[in-house]
Amino acid sequence: MARYAREVAVVAFAQSDHLRRTDELSEVEMVMPVLHQVLAATGLKAGEIGFTCSGSSDYLMGRAFSFTMTLDGVGAWPPISESHVEMDGAWALYEAWVKIQTGEADTALVYSYGKSSPGSVRDVLTRQLDPYYVAPLWPDSVAMAALQAQALIDAGETDEAGLAAIGARSRASASANPHAQLSGAVAQGEYQVAPLRTGDCPPIGDGAAAVILAAGDVARRLCERPAWITGIDHRIEAHSLGLRDLTDSPSTRIAAEHAGVFESPVDTAELHAPFSSQEVVLRKALGLGGDVAVNPSGGALAANPMMAAGLIRIGEAAARIHRGESDRAVAHATSGPCLQQNLVAVLEGDRA
Amino acid sequence: MTAASPPEILRAPLVVEFPFTRSLGPVQSAFLTGLREGVVLGVRSADGKVMVPPVEYDPVTAEEIRDLVEVGTSGTVTTWAWNGSPRPNQPLATPFAWVLVRLDGADTALLHALDAPGPEAVTTGMRVRVRWAGEQTGAITDIACFEPDAGAPEPDPQATPHSGEFTDAVTGIVAEARLDYSYSPGRAQTAYIAGLSERKTIGERCPSCHKVYVPPRGACPTCGVATTDRVEVGPAGTVTTFCIVNIKAKNLDIEVPYVYAHIALDGAGLALHGRIGGIPYDQVRMGLRVEPVWTEGGSYPDHYRPTGEPDADYDVYKELI
Repeated sequence: MARYAREVAVVAFAQSDHLRRTDELSEVEMVMPVLHQVLAATGLKAGEIGFTCSGSSDYLMGRAFSFTMTLDGVGAWPPISESHVEMDGAWALYEAWVKIQTGEADTALVYSYGKSSPGSVRDVLTRQLDPYYVAPLWPDSVAMAALQAQALIDAGETDEAGLAAIGARSRASASANPHAQLSGAVAQGEYQVAPLRTGDCPPIGDGAAAVILAAGDVARRLCERPAWITGIDHRIEAHSLGLRDLTDSPSTRIAAEHAGVFESPVDTAELHAPFSSQEVVLRKALGLGGDVAVNPSGGALAANPMMAAGLIRIGEAAARIHRGESDRAVAHATSGPCLQQNLVAVLEGDRA
Repeated sequence: MTAASPPEILRAPLVVEFPFTRSLGPVQSAFLTGLREGVVLGVRSADGKVMVPPVEYDPVTAEEIRDLVEVGTSGTVTTWAWNGSPRPNQPLATPFAWVLVRLDGADTALLHALDAPGPEAVTTGMRVRVRWAGEQTGAITDIACFEPDAGAPEPDPQATPHSGEFTDAVTGIVAEARLDYSYSPGRAQTAYIAGLSERKTIGERCPSCHKVYVPPRGACPTCGVATTDRVEVGPAGTVTTFCIVNIKAKNLDIEVPYVYAHIALDGAGLALHGRIGGIPYDQVRMGLRVEPVWTEGGSYPDHYRPTGEPDADYDVYKELI
């Protein structure tokens, strides 16, 4: 615990069912139930939360300033302390964790959401690319991931059968996850952008997630077995794919070093690997052996609500600690093409 | 209050277009102008590495780089992916390979498309060359795509220094973007919009604070709970505040000056906004009683006009300003 000024834990986690379409729900209507669930789990009221932070992207739904609308689901009166990141909610969690570390808050509500169904997420994501050299070519998110997959195959790190096995294992694990969008046996399907087939790609869908963070004794009061964040760090690499070794993720490795992942073994890894090939890269960067339960929730190959899937990795890892199924877990979130940005957190439960 | 079965959820096409105008620094300007002239430029970093396409700052040291070099227009594929179903706006309409190409003399790779007959014709390590676009304007799309090149690489290809100076340099680009959505306003706003087309204004009541929201968005922002009880409000209401608009908006078919107002419909817990008509602009006042006016076949109120009732007392609507 000496790594940081304060002990901070995830004390509650909730997520929506992740669905291909949710036309009947506005974004606030999609978010509100998970907010209510985490508040109910801790007994806290919105007014008692020290800091609120959300993650989302208006590009997904084509709707401006949607995060101000979803605040309606929080109940921002009397006025609250609030912030937003135009990123996955894992980065909103990082901001909230910093806020608690500074002593400005003892508790934080973190939520994130994404509705991909109104648009074409493969095309929408091209708008996050370099606007001078890359975005005018409209390389979609599957194409970018496929370039990385081929590089891994050329390097002898995996093959198409190995990739298919990752998708199959993920969706088999998701059978125990009632929120997953895809579970059980899913056909590997046709090439989307070769060498990636449908089964190597994440489902496109809508969903939301929320966690509550708390410091020290507050966490102990709110949760029987808090999931202490004993390390957290995030790193970014050059945006140009041609400058990077796509078979490796040095940003994940450095973040993991700073978060203390390698200081003792982990039993669980929740990895945000929307494409099967990315799990190969992340396992290597994090040095995960065969004895680690990787994505027991099914991971992003079973449900990948944009902007929430990374926060869900932290939430799923924390929930396993809450349930006593894990003592030391690593959670990972990513953003940008081919694992450009990576956040790594270590979560630990008190040992009996 | 009604508990009518919800109308079918509305959906409508939504297009978001933005032609961002972006200026170029000296490095990007030289690169894109070079493409217009059929020349590919990169930069050489302090440690001698040649980066194509050029970056302005060293990705490792963050040092500024201005040392321009010219590289070949042929190169080697470092990785690829077969795109059997090209999407709109992509470089080729027929199936093609996405490729990262290390041009001769470069140490890094450029992302682009490779025109090849099929995936069996593409390998990592294959030789390719630039196919220039018919019309070159100073954009990455001046490279139409790459095509297979049977030629062997030059032995030990070298990047050669280049001044980066061209007549009539390209100093900016217009980054066109268009995204197509199918927008759905969700349950609460669908009910509101459906009500308007029947000339009714439907709000939703918060079960906690009992305030009636109109238009409803499905949640009470004060209490943070779902609003579900539908309540018809109006049709008449009170002007709580207003402004006089003197600038004509593009494509707007309304003469200026006109009045834009906040209107608290009877029974509503907050004001919505609308245009006031049927009264000279300089006679609109707080407390004025108004009612909605639908045009023939209109699916929402075109504007609000005075009802002729006496003005509302300030105390009646002051909480809604």
